[in-house]
Amino acid sequence: MITLLYFARLREALGTGQEQLALPTGVNNLGALRAHLAQRGDVWAVEMAAGRNLRAAVNQTVATPDMAVADGDEVAFFPPVTGG
Amino acid sequence: MSVRVQQEDFDISAEIAAMRRGNPKIGAIASFVGVVRDINDGDSVKTMTLEHYPGMTEKAITEIIGQARGRWEVLDALVIHRVGTLQPTDQIVLVIVASTHRGDAFAACEFIMDYLKTQAPFWKKEITPQGGRWVDARVTDDKAAQRWGK
Repeated sequence: MITLLYFARLREALGTGQEQLALPTGVNNLGALRAHLAQRGDVWAVEMAAGRNLRAAVNQTVATPDMAVADGDEVAFFPPVTGG
Repeated sequence: MSVRVQQEDFDISAEIAAMRRGNPKIGAIASFVGVVRDINDGDSVKTMTLEHYPGMTEKAITEIIGQARGRWEVLDALVIHRVGTLQPTDQIVLVIVASTHRGDAFAACEFIMDYLKTQAPFWKKEITPQGGRWVDARVTDDKAAQRWGK
């Protein structure tokens, strides 16, 4: 299982901030995970679409789509940050 | 070096005094305070709510301070960032950097702030008369961070 976190506008659009997911076979990096989530359709297809400007982190470190994802990881998706 | 994410307000005088007392080598202290404005992108702002990613936020800011220490002489640094619901005129963020001389203190303070704006996982939601809206990231903030180079 991995822990998935969603923040800010994305959290509101998806209607959830956190879930546990059993990694499907073949989903072993961030890009593949995002594509897998997009396949849920509806709002997931919209928000996780490749053209959407989303950032991601694996175990609380900003990550690119080729970053490996494995059982036990904490993976977060979020919009570009706007603090300060 | 210290990073705090909190709902409570902060007192810049008390924080600077505490930093000064701790280290007689300090010869210069630069600080920055970010404040909630009542107008953004032409609309009046009633309140602003700040969301963050607990754990990663503190880690990201600590890394930014570490990068600043690699570039300039930083004797001490403090970042306080508030979360929760704030109103115009409220303080949002405090950066304090202490060094031997002013040049390093000014530069490191600005660097930390520029990087915090583009790297630290915070998100602002404004309540305007038209309703709630998430603030969009600004290209000018990316440019401000990029000018420091690698």
